[in-house]
Amino acid sequence: MNNWVLICVLLMLMALAYQFGLARSRSVAGQGAARMHSRPGYYGLLVALWCGLPALAVFLLWTLFEPGIIRSVVLNQLPPDLAGLQGNELEVLLRRIEQIASGFGVSDQPAAFELAAAERMRSLQNTGRLAMIASMAVLCVAGLVWTLRRIDPQLRARNQVESVFQALLVISSTIAILTTIGIVLSMVGEALHFFRFVNPAEFFFGTVWNPRFSTTGAADQGQFGLLPLLWGTLMVSIIALLVAVPAGLMTAVYMAEYAPAWLRAVAKPVIEVLAGVPTIVYGFFALITVGPFFSVLGQTVGIDIRATSALTAGVVMGIMIIPFVSSLSDDIITQVPRAMRDGSLGLGATKSETVRKVVLPAALPGIVGAFLLAASRAIGETMIVVLAAGNSPILHANPFEAVSTVTVTIVNQLTGDTDFASPQSLVAFALGLTLFVITLSLNIVALYIVRKYREQYE
Amino acid sequence: MHNDDASAPRTDPSTQRRLVERSLARRHGAEKRFRAAGLAAVFFGLGMVALLFASILAKGVPAFWQATVVTEVYFDPEIIKVDPRPVAQPGETPAQLHEREMAWQTQLTMANWNRIIENTLAAHLPEVTDARARARLRQLVTSGERFVLRDRVIADPALIGQRLTLKLLADANVDVWLKGNIDRSLPDSQQQLAPDVRAWADQLHERGVIQMKFNTTLFGNPDSRSSLASAGLAGAFVGSLFMMAIVILLAVPVGVASAVYLEEFAPRNRFTDLIEVNINNLAAVPSIIFGLLGAAVFINWFHMPLSAPIVGGLVLSLMTLPTVIIATRSTLQAIPPSIRQAALGIGASKVQMILHHVLPLALPGILTGAIIGVAQAIGETAPLLLIGMSAFVAAVPATPFDQSTALPVQIYLWQGNELRNFFEARTSAAIIVLLGLMLSLNALAIWLRKRFEKRW
Repeated sequence: MNNWVLICVLLMLMALAYQFGLARSRSVAGQGAARMHSRPGYYGLLVALWCGLPALAVFLLWTLFEPGIIRSVVLNQLPPDLAGLQGNELEVLLRRIEQIASGFGVSDQPAAFELAAAERMRSLQNTGRLAMIASMAVLCVAGLVWTLRRIDPQLRARNQVESVFQALLVISSTIAILTTIGIVLSMVGEALHFFRFVNPAEFFFGTVWNPRFSTTGAADQGQFGLLPLLWGTLMVSIIALLVAVPAGLMTAVYMAEYAPAWLRAVAKPVIEVLAGVPTIVYGFFALITVGPFFSVLGQTVGIDIRATSALTAGVVMGIMIIPFVSSLSDDIITQVPRAMRDGSLGLGATKSETVRKVVLPAALPGIVGAFLLAASRAIGETMIVVLAAGNSPILHANPFEAVSTVTVTIVNQLTGDTDFASPQSLVAFALGLTLFVITLSLNIVALYIVRKYREQYE
Repeated sequence: MHNDDASAPRTDPSTQRRLVERSLARRHGAEKRFRAAGLAAVFFGLGMVALLFASILAKGVPAFWQATVVTEVYFDPEIIKVDPRPVAQPGETPAQLHEREMAWQTQLTMANWNRIIENTLAAHLPEVTDARARARLRQLVTSGERFVLRDRVIADPALIGQRLTLKLLADANVDVWLKGNIDRSLPDSQQQLAPDVRAWADQLHERGVIQMKFNTTLFGNPDSRSSLASAGLAGAFVGSLFMMAIVILLAVPVGVASAVYLEEFAPRNRFTDLIEVNINNLAAVPSIIFGLLGAAVFINWFHMPLSAPIVGGLVLSLMTLPTVIIATRSTLQAIPPSIRQAALGIGASKVQMILHHVLPLALPGILTGAIIGVAQAIGETAPLLLIGMSAFVAAVPATPFDQSTALPVQIYLWQGNELRNFFEARTSAAIIVLLGLMLSLNALAIWLRKRFEKRW
């Protein structure tokens, strides 16, 4: 019987159990003088849960552990001369045995011991399967009968069903925590692994990035200096912020203070579209349109600008975070109390003077928060820089040249075949940890500032 | 200016008036400039949106039509000499039949399919008689077409000996030549095609043998490296759909459940504060970090398959979870407490209040948030690269456990292809498909919000 069929049967049994519970609770209610504690549906649900959940648990545990157990039993009974088989050969043998056992067969003549092992595997699988179905059936029926017998006016069925519901909610909300723990543990674990190959001081303060390939031999480790990457990240992010912050802030000011309602209604959602476009699309846009444009521009002006450079990546990334800056600043500017504006206007200040001398200073903490959030977004951005920054991890201060960033290097070191033994791929986790710590601290500071600011006016 | 003010005679009203007027002019000028700067910023944003879409559309739309040779193909039995297809014999295991079937298919593959394509094209160009030149005719049709012909015969061996009018995809270079995506005045040494092949392509195009047909391969075929003209998005699209389904099945229920717990049940204590801070920070963690998590946990520890949509779906679910939680929480917060109090007041339990009253009212908001989260997830590339989804996969995945790519990753792979003239357009077309998918999801979200939104 297929697993899906099994699950479907289980679900049908639960539906049936629900009906039994419903009927039973009604008949109990009909004969007894006391009022039932819960409505009939809850008794039905309780019976269905007791019928289904234990069997489901058995099913999950069984499918998780059974293949491993059968494998080890079959392997233990192989002829002694095969006991020394390792790695791939063992895998091949096992696959052949599995294929014979499943009835598909192998194309050449199987050896006698293979046939015997396959026979054993098949019988084990069959008994295992039968035992699983039998125990599930027993649990189903036992749960059903036991709960049906428990139904009486005193049984607090609703509370029990609701506690199952609440348990599900609690489990769901811990998943977010588990994710963070998973991130931290995997990063720290693999990064520590990496630091067994490379001295942390060399990593954090090294000025040369040249990891070599993992095949060139263990003696020749390559150099893993973080600084060129960090500098590239910083340069691209600064360019991005130089584009995004003035444009975003002025957009927000104009939208909040000047724009007629119709312009606001049209322009705001259109600019927000920029935030929804996938970053790979920006990367392609930078590579095909913006990069060549800057290159031609550089030729006419007489500066040597590469098509893939820190400038290209930074400007496109800036365009990407404009809506991010503008919508955050818009929220903050509209939160500045009306009275402050009126006071300034009443003293005879023009609108722009009010904005520059009253509204913006009052909103400054919030805007700084928005700025930090945008910076953290820019530092963590990957695809634009992968496509448009040119990937050259060298320390230099020329924005018209190619650079490399932390995120680009993570992608370069960890794609291809992933083996987790060489420093060349493990370095990705050390870089990831650095990135995580930087963005996390920026976020925490930013959220703290924004929250403080909100409290000020609430 | 300031000094002038102080030293000016205060009694003379006309001087004072002049000073004020002068400063007023300056201040109004500043006001105008400020306003213009704001308007310029708005138009810069709008202009960038327009430029982005215009450049993608201008490049991508032509790729939806592709040069195709429409011609009659003769499945010549003299060239395709094969035994009849093997049938199951008594006493044969499935493995043995499978082996004989494979041998038969190999025999079929060995047939000279190139000759058939050559003969087909030579029928239109009878003046080409030289054997070398005839062999060059094959350059007009993309190399994958011979396998398409073979697969037709495998599906229906009775085709041998028949004539069929078929559409054969032209080679990628022919497509580039006919669309003018390569400079036609370049010298021969820089052209991808030999001069006579170019002349034939023009000739056949004029006679209507090569036509620009709507590009069904883009949607029907998986990726291909050997036969560039037949590279399509089907594998990536199905991979993305699998991941989308996994995100909807995992991130949305779990996200809604945690939001309900945090909003409605959670006591105010250290633990729930921790969850809250945690969720806000997770929402801002760069997506590539989730890719590292997937590589370390799902692939290195749990040994899940590389490049499989199931792993991609899990990683994207974890990434989308905070978005769904935050959206759901703000929707729940917007539902007035009076609804809750009324439900509790007439004797509903807390769970009943939530399931019967709060959630149904919150549903449109929750759906909107969920759809926006899902749309974001399917556009994400970086984490997928780290779990090996950038591998080249030439098949449409049948289950979420098979190897596959995703739409954004396919875009990444195509933009790096060497045949730039052809793949710039193809990549833009893929971007149009991806943006179309995302925009329709977002439109659905906006429609839901407009249709069901309630203001309290």
